[in-house]
Amino acid sequence: MVMVIIGGHIDLSVGSVVALSGAVAAVLMKSHGAPFWVGILAAIAVGLVVGAWQGFWVAFVGIPAFITTLAGMLLFRGFTFNVLDNKSLSALPGPYQSIGNGFINGLLGGNGYDVFTLVVFGIAVAGYAYSAFRSRRARIAYKQPVPALWLFITQLVVVAAVVMWFAWQLANWKGLPIVLIILAALVLIYSAVTSNTVFGRHIYAIGGNLTAATLSGVKVKWVNFGIMLNMGFLAGVAGVLFSARMNGAQPGAGNMFELDAIAASFIGGAAVTGGVGRVTGAIVGGLIMATMSNGMSLMGVGQPTQQIVKGLVLLLAVAFDVYNKRRAGTR
Amino acid sequence: MSTILEMRNITKTFPGVKALSNVNLSVEQGEIHAICGENGAGKSTLMKVLSGVYPFGTYEGDIVFEGNVARFHSINESEEAGIVIIHQELALVPHLTVAENIFLGNERKGSTGLINWNRANLEAMELMAQVGLHENPTTPVNQLGVGKQQLIEIAKALSKDVKLLILDEPTAALNDTDSEHLLGLLRKLKAEQGITSIMISHKLNEIESVADTTTVIRDGQTIESFAMSEPDANQDRIIRGMVGRDLEHRYPERTDHTIGEEIFRVENWSVFHPTQQEREVIQDASFSVRAGEVVGLAGLMGAGRTELAMSLFGRAYGRKHSGKVFKNGKELRLRSVSDAIKNGIAYATEDRKKYGLNLIEDIRRNISAASLFKLSSNGWVNANEELKVAEDYRSSMNIKTPSVIQKVGNLSGGNQQKVVLSKWIYTDADVIILDEPTRGIDVGAKYEIYTIINKLAAEGKAVIVISSELPELLGTCDRIYTLAFGRITGVLDVKEATQESLMKLMTQERSASAAGAGK
Repeated sequence: MVMVIIGGHIDLSVGSVVALSGAVAAVLMKSHGAPFWVGILAAIAVGLVVGAWQGFWVAFVGIPAFITTLAGMLLFRGFTFNVLDNKSLSALPGPYQSIGNGFINGLLGGNGYDVFTLVVFGIAVAGYAYSAFRSRRARIAYKQPVPALWLFITQLVVVAAVVMWFAWQLANWKGLPIVLIILAALVLIYSAVTSNTVFGRHIYAIGGNLTAATLSGVKVKWVNFGIMLNMGFLAGVAGVLFSARMNGAQPGAGNMFELDAIAASFIGGAAVTGGVGRVTGAIVGGLIMATMSNGMSLMGVGQPTQQIVKGLVLLLAVAFDVYNKRRAGTR
Repeated sequence: MSTILEMRNITKTFPGVKALSNVNLSVEQGEIHAICGENGAGKSTLMKVLSGVYPFGTYEGDIVFEGNVARFHSINESEEAGIVIIHQELALVPHLTVAENIFLGNERKGSTGLINWNRANLEAMELMAQVGLHENPTTPVNQLGVGKQQLIEIAKALSKDVKLLILDEPTAALNDTDSEHLLGLLRKLKAEQGITSIMISHKLNEIESVADTTTVIRDGQTIESFAMSEPDANQDRIIRGMVGRDLEHRYPERTDHTIGEEIFRVENWSVFHPTQQEREVIQDASFSVRAGEVVGLAGLMGAGRTELAMSLFGRAYGRKHSGKVFKNGKELRLRSVSDAIKNGIAYATEDRKKYGLNLIEDIRRNISAASLFKLSSNGWVNANEELKVAEDYRSSMNIKTPSVIQKVGNLSGGNQQKVVLSKWIYTDADVIILDEPTRGIDVGAKYEIYTIINKLAAEGKAVIVISSELPELLGTCDRIYTLAFGRITGVLDVKEATQESLMKLMTQERSASAAGAGK
């Protein structure tokens, strides 16, 4: 969602697409006996088709994304009801379920804790340290300022310690959740895409100043198409995860998901006018929202109060951002 | 004459910067007072203090208006007192009508509390007549040209019973005829209604012709204030005060002057209006540019200069075109802007803020924006190389900024323009079209831009300069094409050309134009 917002668009259809892709996967597996991987691929394919459809209207016909995806929200919700015949489907095949609920555990054995989890995290930390070191070397080669070596190493050690502590907790519990692996992969890939690829740069350029981007040779239509296509893909992935976690597909699944995603992006620092935002910011925003609702649920706060609190947090977060920008902009 | 406004020892500090330091300004009743200064000198800040944009208490010093110390907390309060400011960027709502705009925020209400549109339209007509405008008050303002919109702004000010009118760069976007009309209007308002005006301007010849008193500000301080009737009050004195040194030559000398082969040629180029398919915006234009040559395109506003340039730049303007474009003898078929860039054509737009830059992005990424294909392999951008490129341009183009990761929106006009030029030079273009490259930037920065243009020509590039200021074209170009009503009406070598001869060609009607077209 944050990429859509950086590009100056919005996507209101995410919830419906999540429901539709989950529904298609469930129907294929339950009613037609397809294996679990067909279900996954089908869900993602549904996402891509939806993305291409919306991308076509937004990019080539020039209908604002707000309208296109508002229509999509109704359209795909309707399809979901049709596909599911207005009933819930549950009890999906085991492997499919495990995408949402499963853990990788015991691959390397362990004495009350999972060695495999620790190994994966260890490799991740080592990889992070190596890439941090390489980019530091590259910066030195280009004669750019770098933090002092001791500071750099301290930073690495602190990060590694926190991450490994987290890994230890996981290993002592059930092992490595599959969802976490998928999430980590997506965050890594999309952070890199937004900040280091030509496509990512073009998204920022379009969101920042559309005419300037056009006159700088950005193929605006194709970039917009790519943004919407990618959004569909991600909604498809979310559909798989959500239906797997719920162990079933409901016609009403994923309702209001789009609003959570939009809220997370804005709390994470994206600008309403486009051109600003980061993937990691959106993840932090999402975590804040999730932590809040989880925490409040544990405290026994009712749904109505939770909604009120979430609404206020969103408003205040964006207000704080606006205030900060105004202060920085006074000159 | 009495003093209508006195600003005493105004000091205004922003976090880290002292924008104004003990500025004094004294304006007599019924005069036209010009304020000059380089960009960033503090002129706009001073006017914002005066009009209450920066409320009382955020600055030091006193504002004495009509004998009383004024404490404006907002624009509304200063307008109440009769001070109206017209900003550089027009503040009209494009889809509303003339009358709606004039009375925006100041609506003509009837006894029922509803707006009395008949009365509003009638009063709008009267106000427009005062500024010499004869339009239907129910026309949406976006159907009028920039010059007329500027006049509507003044009419709007008059509707508020203005005593002191502040104009921030009123003629920056206007062509010579419209500017002349506007300046005439200021004189008329002064003579007939005794309205005092403060005018911020970079166009020194205008100041010379219209101002009674000139105040020069540099680096947040008043340098001097003198009556234009003094014998030595001329442009040179103003420039001396603005830059703190003598600018002997306003246009840098061209040292290397070798003109090579023809690089770029346009034959019988016609462009049709994007929505009105039958209307020919450009008709049968033919011209050529050689390596190392600076060619000017002169034309009044609406002559089609920008349309011509943009249509050549990968068909960025209009859908239907006819004619041929050659580069190095080979015909080019450009279908998109990225085609044009890859074929070595660059176009720096006339409005850098609206069309040229991504203001919320930093300098580095603006410079690389049109050349990411050079900085990337397989779609991945080399961020270190990008930063190095930006640093190189910062020093070679003399972009004044603490860091290249500064947001472009925070730079002054001249530095923004240097970023735009860096961006296009970095595409390795050999045909560079510059549309109004010095609009709204100060004398010192202009000189630097001219130097850059000369350097480009010396490197053997073909440079096309579009400008409304004829002295600028005469000072920088080798040859000048004139454009009138969508046709090229002539071409003059700079040695033969004068402002008068160019103006004659620029206003030439259709009949005689065929003879002078092409070359």
